[in-house]
Amino acid sequence: MTANMCNASAASQDLDLESVRGDFPALDQQVHGHPLIYLDNAATSQKPRAVLEAMQRYYERDNSNVHRGIHELSNRATTGYEGARERAARFINAGRAEDIVFTRGTTEGINLAAQAWGRRRLGAGDVILLTEMEHHSNLVPWQLVARQTGARLEFVPVTGDEGLLDLDRLDACLSSRVRLFAFTHVSNTLGTVNPAAELCREARRRGIPTLVDAAQSAGHMPVDVQSLGCDFLAFSGHKICGPTGIGVLFGRPERWAEMDPYQGGGEMILSVGYEASTWKEPPHMFEAGTPNIAGAIGLHAAMDYLDRLGRGRIFEHDQALGEYARERLSTLPGIRILGPPRGRAGLVSFHLRDVHAHDVVTMADHYGLALRGGHHCNQPLMRKLGLDSTVRASFYFYNRLSEVDRLVEVLGIIQQYFNRGAA
Amino acid sequence: MSSHLDELYQEVILDHSRNPRNYHKLEGATRVIEGNNPLCGDQVTVYIKMDGDRIADVTFQGSGCAISKAAASLMTANLKGKTRAEARHLFEEYLRMVTTGKVDPDMSQKLIAFAGVHQFPARVKCAVLPWRAVVNALGDDPPAAPVSTE
Repeated sequence: MTANMCNASAASQDLDLESVRGDFPALDQQVHGHPLIYLDNAATSQKPRAVLEAMQRYYERDNSNVHRGIHELSNRATTGYEGARERAARFINAGRAEDIVFTRGTTEGINLAAQAWGRRRLGAGDVILLTEMEHHSNLVPWQLVARQTGARLEFVPVTGDEGLLDLDRLDACLSSRVRLFAFTHVSNTLGTVNPAAELCREARRRGIPTLVDAAQSAGHMPVDVQSLGCDFLAFSGHKICGPTGIGVLFGRPERWAEMDPYQGGGEMILSVGYEASTWKEPPHMFEAGTPNIAGAIGLHAAMDYLDRLGRGRIFEHDQALGEYARERLSTLPGIRILGPPRGRAGLVSFHLRDVHAHDVVTMADHYGLALRGGHHCNQPLMRKLGLDSTVRASFYFYNRLSEVDRLVEVLGIIQQYFNRGAA
Repeated sequence: MSSHLDELYQEVILDHSRNPRNYHKLEGATRVIEGNNPLCGDQVTVYIKMDGDRIADVTFQGSGCAISKAAASLMTANLKGKTRAEARHLFEEYLRMVTTGKVDPDMSQKLIAFAGVHQFPARVKCAVLPWRAVVNALGDDPPAAPVSTE
């Protein structure tokens, strides 16, 4: 038994894996006659009963609109919604609840920053610095704002299959034309954990604001916006055991002060005339319309759930599974594994010679394995690496080592199947 | 191995995906059309040489899963010599087969291999992508933009 396996076993025991799994109704089912092995957590996580019940409770007892009402139910809904905001601030150690804006998810958070901050602050010749490993959600919003403002995009290079940022190039990349540096904390394709605090520090030293895409990190490791030193940080509820349609954008007060509203409508205004209006202070200024109240309440329950388990322990468990998977997968013939050999997050992306990712995923599904195949919303990076698609297995705290073993076994069967009759 | 999967990955499909026929650029092609599946990155370029109303030759190149590659390979083999109207009719019957499993009595034996695709709704696009490209290219005014499954 390898050291990695020992670590993983220890981490699993710490987490009391079987009792944790009992909290997730969706994990307990058969798919195509096999027990479900859910390894698509980077796309979305499963939901614990505590989250489902919190939302059910809200709709059954407290359902009402927030902020405007004077009646009891409206008070309860407002308390629940604003309580979730305070909880989200604690979750990422933001100084003030007012620095938390609820969004539909990471994508909307980044679009909000790009439009409400970028459109006002960027001009012709300015540079938005990204990295080559960004998810489309931290690329396309900047392409849009670049087109609107005349700014242009530059990219910190990725080193190759090991998927690290080329930090030797960072100094040159952080040129005097850079107005914002936006990067992912954890790559959804490579599993790379970027040195976010160091990247923020280097940017800050040069007076450049930063945005951290924490979609793959917020629910998987301790995330502290003060120790990271970022200006914006975005994440989604549904990837961290919460419901879909709710997410968080954190911003520093000095950044909010530089921003225009994102959308106009009810909730965000102070007074409205036919010709002009004034609006509230952040965060409400950025939350036009009736918000996703039940989603925020579900997210609150999810954050409570994760912090009871401990995100430090979750990260250890994820990492142990990721490294164990990398090690076991490397025994398969013709496999090309992306991402760093060590220190990766709990996901492994790979390419099998002779079997296309889609065929792998279709066949694995028939063994009860939920995987992801494709470009993982990362087309430019895949092109750079000379790949059209990869298979991705992404883990969470409820996954077992034995599920990695089964993954490797099923991939072996799939390879044999596709090689049948081949010369 | 589940027999369900064997219906999808028939021998003829695996054979054509490993050794695609007519897999090359076509010199003197009168129409070239690209097809993309943006969800998975499948990409196919189809080359057609028309002789009046008839498809004198058709070839393809591209990258994709076993289903899309075999679909393109078997499509080229079945379209050679067909008139536009015949090609469109064949496409309609093929589309009906891969979406419903219903097989036209006149369907070519090798194309029937794709009937199992209808049990895998997520994979219908793979089987149809190269066909959509061709049907678009056969229009009187072929589109300049690539054909997309979305």
